[in-house]
Amino acid sequence: MAHRRPDRQHAASRRRRRDSADRLARGLGWFSIALGATELLASRGLTRALGMEGNERLVASYGLREIATGAGILASENPAPWIWGRVGGDVLDLGTLATALDGRNPRQENAGLAFAAVLGVTVLDVICARALGGRRRQGRVGFRDYADRSGLPRPSEAMRGAARDFQVPRDMRVPEPLRPYKVA
Amino acid sequence: MRALCWHGKHDIRCDTVPDPKIEHPRDAIIKVTSCAICGSDLHLYDNVIPAMENGDIMGHETMGEVVEVGPEARGKLKVGDRIVVPFTIFCGECEQCRRGNFSVCERSNRNKAMADKVFGHTTAGLFGYTHLTGGYAGGQAEYLRVPFADATHIKVPAGIPDEKLLFLSDIFPTGWQGAVQCDIQPEDTVCIWGCGPVGQMTIRSALLLGAKQVIAIDRVPERLSMARAGGATTINFEEESVLERLQDLTGGKGPEKCIDAVGMEAHATATLDSIYDRVKQAVMLESDRAHVLREMMYVCRPAGVLSVPGVYGGLIDKVPFGMVMNKGLTIRTGQTHVNRWTDDLLRRIEEGQIDPSFVITHTVGLDAGPGMYKTFRDKQDGCIKVVLKP
Repeated sequence: MAHRRPDRQHAASRRRRRDSADRLARGLGWFSIALGATELLASRGLTRALGMEGNERLVASYGLREIATGAGILASENPAPWIWGRVGGDVLDLGTLATALDGRNPRQENAGLAFAAVLGVTVLDVICARALGGRRRQGRVGFRDYADRSGLPRPSEAMRGAARDFQVPRDMRVPEPLRPYKVA
Repeated sequence: MRALCWHGKHDIRCDTVPDPKIEHPRDAIIKVTSCAICGSDLHLYDNVIPAMENGDIMGHETMGEVVEVGPEARGKLKVGDRIVVPFTIFCGECEQCRRGNFSVCERSNRNKAMADKVFGHTTAGLFGYTHLTGGYAGGQAEYLRVPFADATHIKVPAGIPDEKLLFLSDIFPTGWQGAVQCDIQPEDTVCIWGCGPVGQMTIRSALLLGAKQVIAIDRVPERLSMARAGGATTINFEEESVLERLQDLTGGKGPEKCIDAVGMEAHATATLDSIYDRVKQAVMLESDRAHVLREMMYVCRPAGVLSVPGVYGGLIDKVPFGMVMNKGLTIRTGQTHVNRWTDDLLRRIEEGQIDPSFVITHTVGLDAGPGMYKTFRDKQDGCIKVVLKP
């Protein structure tokens, strides 16, 4: 039976963690866009279901925030700051929903369910942001100076035009009428 | 044999796979002595070019020793010959090959029907580069089958190290063609976007072909230092305005010749259009990010030339074609017609005019290849070019 070397196992496990954080981030990005579109397009229905009538504009503005954050997550090479942005948004959402947990709200049960759902997503956001953040900290280190790597036998100024003997093929030449920069 | 195989996004593995066999009388098999990871392999690594399949062997920069020759290739090759393998597979006989347009060979893509549908007309088969271009096994392996081997090879002499010759397979002729198709004049300023391996070769090519001034744009300090070593004036687009610096360096007139050595995965900068591209690509409404193309169209001097050796795969959006038309710009692009240039470039290497090995920063065995993909992609550890020794 073949045994994998510990360093390879460690690398493979690190790669799996990295890939799952990336996948989770992309999932959260799409979720953000879908939730944002719902908040934007169905703000009236949402506020009615949560017993929060009169807050339609606020919910629609949260929708815009969700769409922007989702696009940022999907578009960014490093989505970690955007995921932390989602965590901030989650806190805002929880604070807003908390105002609907009042016993006088006839839709208190719905608001409670929404509160629990947002709390769950917040946990996911934090896990994802921490996983991505850890990867980021590994970052770039040091600078290698390649000033001695010219590939040329003499200083570059001395090599300028060394291949002027090369005949550019006819199909790659600039047509004669389009050569406006002749030095007189 | 061992080979680096594609298993999905960011998943390259060193697998054991069956040895290649002669499948056609014009084939040859080579024992690979050196191969390299190309910037365009990263498009496959990032899974932004379609039509890869699980287990496909990667790699299109390869050289080695001929170990088996099909009967119809024997007039041109024999066992023991040392060859560099061009990344474009070509028959040498069709109408395009007779014109020297080897990268659009009409016969070497065995998935011609698919390419006809996607591109309108087929292009040449490529090693290790999706089933759209033939699905041929690549050369990041211990052995490689070379189809149409009687034409698809560059014979190289003994006594010159692999490192000086390997890049005749792709990046050196690609940088050379990128500069040549600008038809550089002694009074020209040539501006090159991207200082990766192709960009580095393009900088040296533009200098050797006699450009008055070579400007190179990137953001990675190591790449910029290597660009300066090759005679370029550099612009770090994260630290300074490309537009303002180009205005300063060209007396407000813009460069006559602009070369895109970046391609479809341009880095998102602080500009609105590059953020727009990232978002559209992320939600699958656009396949390629065209920031460099737009910037070249904007800054290029009227009646200038845009040369595009950088790889694009599909659709781009918001291209200011009105600028191109009204400024009378000429666009030249295409995969490289490798063998059109290699006799001349081999002579220049032999004469010592250039040593392309300057670009190599990492040399590892095949086993370490998967890790080097990530190092190269993330530009870590000063990585600019990786050579693999099977």
